[in-house]
Order: sequence, then C-alpha cells, then structure tokens
Amino acid sequence: MAHIELNSNEPGIRGPMAYSPETAKPMNELAEILLRNENNSLSKGERELIGTYVSYLNDCLFCQSVHGAMAGHYLECDVNQIRAYKADPSNSDLSDKMKALLSIAGSVQKGGKHVSSIQIETAKSIGATDKEIHDTVLIAAAFCMFNRYVDGLGTWAPEDQSFYANRAPQRAQHGYVGSVAPNSSAV
Amino acid sequence: MAYINVPEGVPGIRSLVMFRPETGKYLYELAQVLLRGPSPLTEAEREIIATYVSSRNECKFCMSSHAAAARALLGKDEQLMDDVLTDYQSADISDKMKALLNIAGKVQILGKEVKQEDIDAARAVGANDLDIHDTVLIAATFSMYNRYVDGLASLTPPNREDYVEMGKRLAEKGYSVPQPAMAQ
Repeated sequence: MAHIELNSNEPGIRGPMAYSPETAKPMNELAEILLRNENNSLSKGERELIGTYVSYLNDCLFCQSVHGAMAGHYLECDVNQIRAYKADPSNSDLSDKMKALLSIAGSVQKGGKHVSSIQIETAKSIGATDKEIHDTVLIAAAFCMFNRYVDGLGTWAPEDQSFYANRAPQRAQHGYVGSVAPNSSAV
Repeated sequence: MAYINVPEGVPGIRSLVMFRPETGKYLYELAQVLLRGPSPLTEAEREIIATYVSSRNECKFCMSSHAAAARALLGKDEQLMDDVLTDYQSADISDKMKALLNIAGKVQILGKEVKQEDIDAARAVGANDLDIHDTVLIAATFSMYNRYVDGLASLTPPNREDYVEMGKRLAEKGYSVPQPAMAQ
C-alpha cells in the first residue's frame, strides 16, 4: 500500500499522477519531449535506455521495467538483452558514444558533481554533441526525480515483466502526455 | 566553465534552459506549480524544503537561490532559513515541518529510504496526505534540478549577496523561463 491514499489502483507513477494532475502535466510533457520528440539525434530507444539504466541504479522496479520495455520495443531486443545492458553497459554491443553517455548518466545518478570533465571530453571525442550531452544529463536527472516520486510514496509495481512488455507498443504509439487520467475526471 | 556551450555569464539553471528552451519550459512550469501553486504548505515552507534538499545534494546554486527566495518570503523571520540549514531539529519551526524535512532528507538519499515510521511520525504531528505528497515531490524534483545544474557544471556565483536579487524575484514573481534578452 502506498504511503498516502491515492484513490487509484494503478501501479507506479500512475497513482501519484492521477492524485496530482497539476504536477503530472509538466512531468509528462518533460518526459515526452526528452524521450519521444522526433527532433533528436539520439534514437528513442537510446533515450529510453538511459532512463532505464538510471532507474536500475536507483533500484526503482516500476521505472526500470516500464522504460526497459520501451527500450526493448524500440531497439527490438528482449528483456534479457535489456538486463545485460543495465548490468554492464560498458561490456556490450552498444556504440562507443552510447557507452560514454551511459557513463555520464551513471555519474549523474550518484550526484551532479560526479560528472567529470574527462567523461565529457571522452564523449565529445567520439562524436557526442552538446545537445546529446545535455539531454543525457537531463534524462538522468529527470529519472532521479521520477524514481524518487514512485518509491518515496511507496507505490506498488507488478513483478511480472510481461505486464510492461505488453503495454509498451501502446505507450510507444500514444506517448506520455495524457497517459494518466486525473482522479477527478475518472469519478 | 560549463560542459556545454551555454550563454556566457548566465548562472545556473537559467543558462541551461536558454540552451534548450524546449525542455526548460516544463522545468519552470513544474517549479511554478509545485512551489507556488495550491498546497497546504506555505511558499516559504516549500522553499525551505527545496533548499534543504539542495544543501544535502551540495548544489550551491540551487541552495543559495532558493535560500534567498525563502528569506525574502519569510521577511522578518528570515533567520529561520539559516537555522534550518545549520540544524533543523533545533530550529524554531513546527514539529510538522521537522517531520516533513526528515522525509525530504530520506527522499534525497533514495525513494525507498522513506519508511512507514517516517510517515507515521509525520502524521502524528498533523501532516496530511497532501503535505506528504508535496514534500516527496519537492524533494524528488530538487534531486533532478540539482543534478542538472551540477552535472553540466553551470556557472555558480560564489557569494551569498549574488543571490539576493534572484531570491526577491523568485519570491515576488515566481518561476518563469528566462528570455535571452533579459539575461544579459
């Protein structure tokens, strides 16, 4: 049971977002532009993978499952492959640029000051642009928010990974904005 | 110098949202609704929570700017902000605020650190669901802003005086996305 009465049976962030639609709106709009906007040189799969990796490091079951399924959907790989990326991205078949960006994301997860100029120079030397570095840092930072919102209120999350895989295609199609109906309109 | 090519001389998050206004828009909207919108917590209380979390994350820009906003909102009681940063348990704030700051501190570490006993302790001194919700989300949100500001090594003015005007503006006008022309 969640720490507060959310009046919702929905899992994860969906409960708090239905409880507080005024704050959910800019949070979902932020997720939408960071993760799904077409005007981005990082693919949707790559951006979802950054969110998944940070959520894994933050031990947030709901977020790493939702966004792992989204990454799997876009990158066309199964749950085991996503699990391998999370556990050890530096020893994977990801591009050198993605490895460098995930290293930066991992440092952001620990704290902003953990990102070193060497990490940034490395990423730039293998082709990462300022915008890609910006978006990596902001995606990582944003998931440090989403993860804490989800777990800080003690929300529940399905253990079964197929729950998330089944929902991913629909979420990929419709996006994050408007994905949660406010409690008031649901009554 | 910041890690990416942001406008020169513009401090903190302001320089980052000028670099990428498309995402900045929602970051400012979220701050506005969370820190200035309807809440059982006063604006000053919410700024105090934001400052406390930023302090724990050692984000000097966010800590200094939101402390300045809290002082401006507190007026004659501005010393409370510094007392909270020194040791909130001995500060002259309500027991409810102390219990909420305890929860915010747990959120700053990680969501799962918030335990049932923390929630029970807050309820015992009068915190309701909305108090707890807003506290958790403010703490979570500043765990984002702090990382964004420091993860890109944005400009951080060194002195307390550098933040006084910023704090007044945040207290009086709230959060609106900086425009390039205004920043210089």
